[in-house]
Amino acid sequence: MENTTADLHKVSSNPHVRSRLNTSTIMLTVVLALLPAAGYGIYHFGPRAFLVMLVTVASTVLTEFLFGLCIKKQTIGDLSAVVTGLLLALNLPVSIPLWMAAAGGVFAILVVKCLFGGLGQNFMNPALAARCFLLISFPAYMTDFVTDAYTGATPLAAMRAGEEVNILDMVIGRTAGAIGETSAAAILIGAVFLLLLGIIDLRIPASYLVVFAVFISIFGGRGFDPAYLAAQLSGGGLMLGAFFMATDYTTRPITRGGQYLYGALLGILTGVFRVFGSAAEGVSYAILLGNLLVPLIEKVTVPRAFGKGSTFGTSSAIGKGGSLHEKQ
Amino acid sequence: MATFTFTGGVHPYDGKELTKDKPIKIMLPKGELVYPLSQHIGVPAAAIVKKGDRVLAGQKIAEASAFVSAPVHASVSGTVKAIEPRRVVTGDMVPSIVIENDGRYEEFPAMPPLFPGKNTREEIIERIKEAGIVGMGGAGFPTHVKLSPKAPAKIEYVIANCSECEPYLTSDYRRMKEEPEKLVEGLKIVLSLFPKAHGILAVEDNKKDCVELLKKLVKDEKRISVKALKTKYPQGAERQLIYATTGRKIHSAMLPADAGCIVNNVDTLVAVYTAVTEGKPLTERIVTVTGDAVKRPCNFKVRTGTLYRELIEEAGGFKVPPAKLISGGPMMGIALFDLEVPATKTTSAILALSKDDVSDMQPTACIRCGRCVEVCPGRVLPAKLMDAALHGEEETFLKLNGMECCECGCCSYICPARRPLTQTIKSMRKQQLAKKKNR
Repeated sequence: MENTTADLHKVSSNPHVRSRLNTSTIMLTVVLALLPAAGYGIYHFGPRAFLVMLVTVASTVLTEFLFGLCIKKQTIGDLSAVVTGLLLALNLPVSIPLWMAAAGGVFAILVVKCLFGGLGQNFMNPALAARCFLLISFPAYMTDFVTDAYTGATPLAAMRAGEEVNILDMVIGRTAGAIGETSAAAILIGAVFLLLLGIIDLRIPASYLVVFAVFISIFGGRGFDPAYLAAQLSGGGLMLGAFFMATDYTTRPITRGGQYLYGALLGILTGVFRVFGSAAEGVSYAILLGNLLVPLIEKVTVPRAFGKGSTFGTSSAIGKGGSLHEKQ
Repeated sequence: MATFTFTGGVHPYDGKELTKDKPIKIMLPKGELVYPLSQHIGVPAAAIVKKGDRVLAGQKIAEASAFVSAPVHASVSGTVKAIEPRRVVTGDMVPSIVIENDGRYEEFPAMPPLFPGKNTREEIIERIKEAGIVGMGGAGFPTHVKLSPKAPAKIEYVIANCSECEPYLTSDYRRMKEEPEKLVEGLKIVLSLFPKAHGILAVEDNKKDCVELLKKLVKDEKRISVKALKTKYPQGAERQLIYATTGRKIHSAMLPADAGCIVNNVDTLVAVYTAVTEGKPLTERIVTVTGDAVKRPCNFKVRTGTLYRELIEEAGGFKVPPAKLISGGPMMGIALFDLEVPATKTTSAILALSKDDVSDMQPTACIRCGRCVEVCPGRVLPAKLMDAALHGEEETFLKLNGMECCECGCCSYICPARRPLTQTIKSMRKQQLAKKKNR
């Protein structure tokens, strides 16, 4: 092919190349990162945990599919509904009636996500919002952590009642709780995977956990007690919240400064809810409240542009306006 | 303090292995040559020849019509065939002088050589102006203007931009490898204009051989040092380069001179050398012809005015039908719909790709992942700027520092939702600049 001057070529604005990473790859990576926690949940709570996961994922994906039919725009290919479904299941007790789990999925996708404009437009984390929706609607079922293996309260509730807890059990996950929140170790394996691949970074989780630890040390009533702190950090879904839900792209600030601020805020809110609130956990409410503050946080943390506030004079000898000397 | 890099940036596939070991080949044009009167930023040059005139290679055919303007010289001998609007790489029709090449390459007598020690500062700058030298890295800002800041004594650094961060381009690399003396001499000439300045050769560390070569060359030069910068796009963007080499930051409304810096590209400094020492105007430059659709990717020494079509033919034509033709590199280059456009003073490369990422990948919803914010070297919020631009919210756009965008393309490149961030922000910036101008 020697001469192409006859055909017109496609033109477009720069840049003319794109990186390989796309939205569905990111979502798939998050699903993979949730597998250790999900796997441990199934091992720990038995096959019914798997069934709950199947139901929530099916319900979220189906809801998005049906909504897509209505608005004639299919988006299930981006896999974000799968992430929402799986996260929801990990936040539910294994004994939850399956229809409730399905209803949670519908609420997450239809009410929280699709009605507000779909992917990227929801102002709250769909999985967490659905969890709280279920918690308010069916409190008895949602706080029933009695299973064949464990008949007791969650470790944090036990601590509140003045009982001693075994920290090793909590780190490994041999306790009562929601399906995916009991094993701090399994959650961290997934989190490290996401960190290494650059899907999430440490800004939010680190500031969240550090501020929370400081808050508990000051107001927790036990001073700086490493054992108590370790229990507080690994219990109550904090790890799952800090690494997988507080880092949810859509509902966290996009500014760097805002991310630190947001993490710190979540740390304080979680501490407040745990120390002064009536529930022992508090992570879900802290994150949801934090979600609502994101627009405000972004507004006050707009970064300083490169070179703005430079100490050199702005008197220029020649030329005015932006684009004279941009790339040489 | 030098930081050797900047915050943000991306690492696209660099494609330099296609041409980096291909020595510069001299390419002689066959047919007509087209010289747009506007190959630079500023007022277009004014033609001083007319149809039917015979001109020689190196003869001035259009002169600078203002301070911020640059003359144009013929690069071959031949006859002026027409003075008419011709298509240029941007797609615009620009008044151009068309010369029919007679194939004899008769040279116009060279100007007498100048010597930085003997000749005055004004004489040297006048020579650089007369030689039609403009920033050859792409912007085309007249070099004599750049070299005439208000207070020359306040210039502390003259930076030679040898980073060549744009993927696929190897023209500067080959120039550094094959004619490093000319580059260093050019830098010395510019340094002679600024008594207090220190010269920095800023090279990305993916060109280790050039770093070594240049270090050896300047080891006895007290006023010049070589700095190896981290390889990352857009390391060669002027403001990022100044920061990486000197630790100084300037914003978009400032000139490098405000921070005591002057930045020149490799080919520009070589052109300064040629003009001052050899007395020859700017009529040729190095162009990389490359891409996976080109049969024999290579580096050419090209006479300005040569048509892109001839360059592609010289490189063996296409081995597969190109899906995208680009003048320059893939990050900041201009997409072409036609190859019947001339190489100008600012043509660094012709890139022919067999795949067009942009039309292959459809934009989807923003997931607010924040990657655009992470990679933005201008430290602005591309996702928010795009929203503001799409909604026509000018105030928000300006408040969010939209004018600080340098259009480097990192945000669009990285976006997992394939959103045309750079394009949208760029359009809004253009509107705002036009508004400012008309006010």
